[in-house]
Amino acid sequence: MKLLQRIGSVAELFLAQLGIYATTLGQFSKRMLSAPRYPRLILAQAEEVGVQSLPVVLLTALFTGMVLALQSYIVFHRFAAESMISVVVSLSMVRELGPVLVGLMVAGRVGASFAAELGTMRVSEQIDALWTLSTDPMRYLIMPRVIAAIAMMPLLVVISDFIGIYGGYAISVFMLDQNPAVYLEKTTQYMELKDFYSGLVKAGFFGMLIGIIGCSEGFNCKGGAEGVGRATTRAVVISCMSILVSDYFLTAWMFG
Amino acid sequence: MSSDRMNQNQIPRISIRNVSKRFENKIVLEDVSLDIMPGTSTTVIGMSGTGKSVLIKCVLGLMKPDSGEICVDGENWLKLSEEEQLDRMKRVGMLFQGGALFDSLSVWENVSFALLERGEKRKAARERASEVLEWVGLPNIEDLMPAELSGGMSKRVGLARTICHKPDIVFLDEPTTGLDPIMSDVINRLIVRLHKGSGTTIMAITHDMKSAAMISDNIAMLCQGRMHRQITPDQLDSDQDPMLRQFVEGRAEGPINCSDWGRDIEEAVNR
Repeated sequence: MKLLQRIGSVAELFLAQLGIYATTLGQFSKRMLSAPRYPRLILAQAEEVGVQSLPVVLLTALFTGMVLALQSYIVFHRFAAESMISVVVSLSMVRELGPVLVGLMVAGRVGASFAAELGTMRVSEQIDALWTLSTDPMRYLIMPRVIAAIAMMPLLVVISDFIGIYGGYAISVFMLDQNPAVYLEKTTQYMELKDFYSGLVKAGFFGMLIGIIGCSEGFNCKGGAEGVGRATTRAVVISCMSILVSDYFLTAWMFG
Repeated sequence: MSSDRMNQNQIPRISIRNVSKRFENKIVLEDVSLDIMPGTSTTVIGMSGTGKSVLIKCVLGLMKPDSGEICVDGENWLKLSEEEQLDRMKRVGMLFQGGALFDSLSVWENVSFALLERGEKRKAARERASEVLEWVGLPNIEDLMPAELSGGMSKRVGLARTICHKPDIVFLDEPTTGLDPIMSDVINRLIVRLHKGSGTTIMAITHDMKSAAMISDNIAMLCQGRMHRQITPDQLDSDQDPMLRQFVEGRAEGPINCSDWGRDIEEAVNR
């Protein structure tokens, strides 16, 4: 009986949380029907999401590409198929690892900052103050952040794809003595346009998840400093999990 | 013409009718009614957690009551759409307990926020902000950030932001809480000056009896979610209602049950 109660309360919590995200997404979509009113805030958030995330994204992509090249060399060397390293690196980066790893990095950095910033504004009544100053908090706070996340994620993924492929190239050519011309030829030979844009679609979708979840958590935060901490943790954990789960469904939808 | 004006004057600026609000199974407000006439200043007093802030948030549309009516100049604000509510906020100013200044904006941008939102030119908005900051006794701090201000200064900047766009209704949430007696007196005098000078309608909530006596034309006491008593400041010392006396004199012993009422409500609101 207690187990059933526990399952019930977890399910209730899950559905309530899902309801909060759906409400935020609904309100965001409704406001997107008219032009955004704060271009300056969108640019500021784009700088925060995009430019400020670049170092962590570049480092992650570079080392992921390098590790991929190293791991695939170990396997392909047994079959004398080292020329296929570039295929593994480029397709893995462009289709999966680029969007997913960038998504996870941005969720950790930006999702947490959205939740903490809006949560602090909520508990210090700054969001209420916006309302009383005749300003729609959804338009002023949430729209610029979500738009910036949706717009900047694909750009970050494009950069991370190139850097990841370069990381694989560097290891293959400079460490494993592979032919650079063959590496570059194979990189493009097996890649289709669909591989590239599927990564960008995923990136945009992950950007929306990060924005909506981070902003919802902060916007609906309760309970002082402790509440802000809880909202921030939830924003990161739920964003990361949503990225991994939705990645499967997006892949199944686009390549299934 | 004059009879029209009289009729207009007889409609309460703010009319709260039978408002109830509960969080989970905790009753925060129960059948609360209060009329505030144009140009008057009404202060709601009561223990912590007795629903004062919830009442003000219901009037401002920050919370939706479970039942009742909240009319401003005869218009039921609870029936307005979100856009209409936001539009009505143009005639409202609200001073929050902690100031609620925007951390990322400078003092002058905070003060003139409502003007900038309405498309006022930055130069003109800054001039108006300087004027209001001088009025609250804080000249030459336009370019400071909120983090650089003391508690008293934040409160005064908050007051400047509240009145910068010349609202005709001002809400004050515990305007003197957390301030030293001298700064409290400064804030009280500013509120009186605002009220007497421009005829602004004021609804305040406070625990501070000195402040209530100084800034109010009417005082309403909320007790355990119900409107308990309405008096004038002159009656604060003479009224013999046992609950009012206990609250005004600040005694733990008396008819008001000081046990878990407030704490339960605070916890329910936070959940």
